[in-house]
Amino acid sequence: MPGAGCEKPAPGEHKKRYDMIAYIVKRILGLIPTLIIISMITFIIIQLPPGDFVTTAQAEIAASGGGMDASAVEAMRIRYGLDRPMPVQYWRWVSGFPRGDFGYSLEWSAPVWDIIAGRLSWTLLLSGLALVFMWLVSIPIGIYSARHKYSLGDNVFSFLGFLGLSVPDFMLSLMWLVFATMMLGISASGLYSPRMVDAPWSLAKFLDLLNHLWPPIVIMGVVGTAELIRIMRGNLLDILNQQYVTTARSKGLLEKVVVQKYAVRMAINPLISVLGMQIPKMISSSIIVGYVLSIPTVGPIFLRALITQDMYLAGAILLLMTVMLLIGNLLADIALAWVDPRIRY
Amino acid sequence: MIDYKGRSEHIKKLYERQNTLDESIAHQMMSSEKIAFATSQWRMMWRKFIRNRIAVIGGIVILLFYLTALLANFVAPYTLQQRMTAYSFLSPQRVHFFTEGRFQPFVYGLKGSRDPKTLMRVYVPDPEKKIPIRFFLQGEPYKLMGLFPASIHLFGVEEGIVSLLGTDAQGRDMFSRIIIGSQISLTIGLVGVALSLIIGAFLGVASGYFGGWVDNLIQRVIEIIRSFPPIPLWMALTAALPPHWPPLRVYFAITIILSLIGWTWLARQLRGKVLALREEDFVMAARLAGASDGWIIFRHLIPATFSHIIVISTLAMPAMILAESALSFLGLGLRPPLTSWGVLLKEAQNIQVLLLYPWLMIPGSFVAISILAFNFLGDGLRDAADPYTV
Repeated sequence: MPGAGCEKPAPGEHKKRYDMIAYIVKRILGLIPTLIIISMITFIIIQLPPGDFVTTAQAEIAASGGGMDASAVEAMRIRYGLDRPMPVQYWRWVSGFPRGDFGYSLEWSAPVWDIIAGRLSWTLLLSGLALVFMWLVSIPIGIYSARHKYSLGDNVFSFLGFLGLSVPDFMLSLMWLVFATMMLGISASGLYSPRMVDAPWSLAKFLDLLNHLWPPIVIMGVVGTAELIRIMRGNLLDILNQQYVTTARSKGLLEKVVVQKYAVRMAINPLISVLGMQIPKMISSSIIVGYVLSIPTVGPIFLRALITQDMYLAGAILLLMTVMLLIGNLLADIALAWVDPRIRY
Repeated sequence: MIDYKGRSEHIKKLYERQNTLDESIAHQMMSSEKIAFATSQWRMMWRKFIRNRIAVIGGIVILLFYLTALLANFVAPYTLQQRMTAYSFLSPQRVHFFTEGRFQPFVYGLKGSRDPKTLMRVYVPDPEKKIPIRFFLQGEPYKLMGLFPASIHLFGVEEGIVSLLGTDAQGRDMFSRIIIGSQISLTIGLVGVALSLIIGAFLGVASGYFGGWVDNLIQRVIEIIRSFPPIPLWMALTAALPPHWPPLRVYFAITIILSLIGWTWLARQLRGKVLALREEDFVMAARLAGASDGWIIFRHLIPATFSHIIVISTLAMPAMILAESALSFLGLGLRPPLTSWGVLLKEAQNIQVLLLYPWLMIPGSFVAISILAFNFLGDGLRDAADPYTV
């Protein structure tokens, strides 16, 4: 175990740690070509819609009764660099990334990073907390269900899990909005209640924020919980039938110890390996839930950017969400390798 | 790959002789009472499936849904765009089934008035006026399955309105819209899964069977596609669809976009299955007999993964239905006049509207029920696909 302390490490220990570092470095290096290809695909996707931001802006101005002459249109194109050939535009876009420059939002007239930095952190926070919520709920329930197989509780939990799996997240958000407003008489959308928005920071405002944060977290977490419960239950059932568990029992260990120290530790490993599948769902869900509940995740702004063809903004969001996903997967793999020493690199 | 063909003539003859020998032995053995044990694999799966009550219920619900979708225009009392402006935002009506002790369903007639305080239109049932619900009634003309002109509806009323699930702002019957909308919501999953299946089965099986650079290339492509989070990628792609496209083209474009990610999952699953099957004796036997790669893939490997394919495509349906409704809900997927459950829910986004007319959320429960049923069915099929374990 890492950090085992003062004893002299066994001969294999050094090698293992070295292997681990080599593995991490290899994985990070392996991300680089993926990132390059992904940035290209992202650029192509955001270029796909017919026309560009200027045509959309033109249409909007025309719709409100105004007009733009041809020279103004051309000037706008040149100003935003939209007249250059595609590879040049692509290069101008990606070459800024290392400096943290993700382009310029045409609609907001501001650097993309300034617009999305805060929103990305909300997305990250909500997704992370939703994952924590999922684990906190599904591990105990999974253990209970495995130990009380086919009991009433097991059946109730698995039915609830299926229900959570089946009700779309936007539906849950809508239902929560209606329920909160109708039954509880509170405003459920946004981060703060209307009276708190401009209030200075205080305990009351913080509690108000928490009150607005837990519903989206629960809604996002519910979808994955069912899956995790099922995996946890199945694993634990398998492991409880294995011989080393029987040995532990025959040694006279308490059932509690057998389950918690022997079986559960093993059963948790596969949960880490499905983390990689949960993260994209969390990111997707944060967009939709953010949109319905008006939480400032990147969701609402991404949707708006796609509709107005604010291409650098939309592209940067798509790209950064993909990067978030890749890093999340990497961390999950490293965690799995760290927790389960049998994993070969 | 080793070329077996050159030296296989002799082996092939041996193999054929062995085959006829095996067959005659099998016949002798089967002629006894042992024949009862030779149940085919599909039969065993069916037996195991039928015992799983929840999965069977899921299957029945799905069959009912698709049957209704097939006959949607007949089942729905009104057409998609039929406006009954006298009854906008009507809440779901209560149906009474018995008139003076015998079965004759009816609804009460409605008296429209305005709430003196809010000036909102309210409808009060008039107990004096019973409107009988008639079955197989002449109504608005429509085309059954888009082909056969007809005008008989399963049920309807001769005067007033029958609205099981209320009406929307323009007085369109929600029940009819949900039923007709199910055609798109349910088929988009079907078409999407079929497309994913064609790409996924082909590439997945090829990847597993050939290995080497083919496998490597296909796996890299899958990895790249899957490194994008699905909903944002779908959003970006659907936003790129030109707004002036005709509805039918938008519909197919969306199924293609959905299967663009969907196939990767199927391909991964099938690759794993084929990797295991590739080492089986029957593949070696076929190769020794001189079968070509294409023959082995299409006649041996793909049929051997059939049960697996059915399971994973059932389990892939919910994701497709969910994705379509989420995209339409965000306004990026289908647009009116195409009507799906997601499009109907888009009209229910405004919290002020929802608070006053909560029945506009009902399409969401249809999404949930269909997904629940698919999950139950898929789960049961997965258990049944491996009939040898109990």
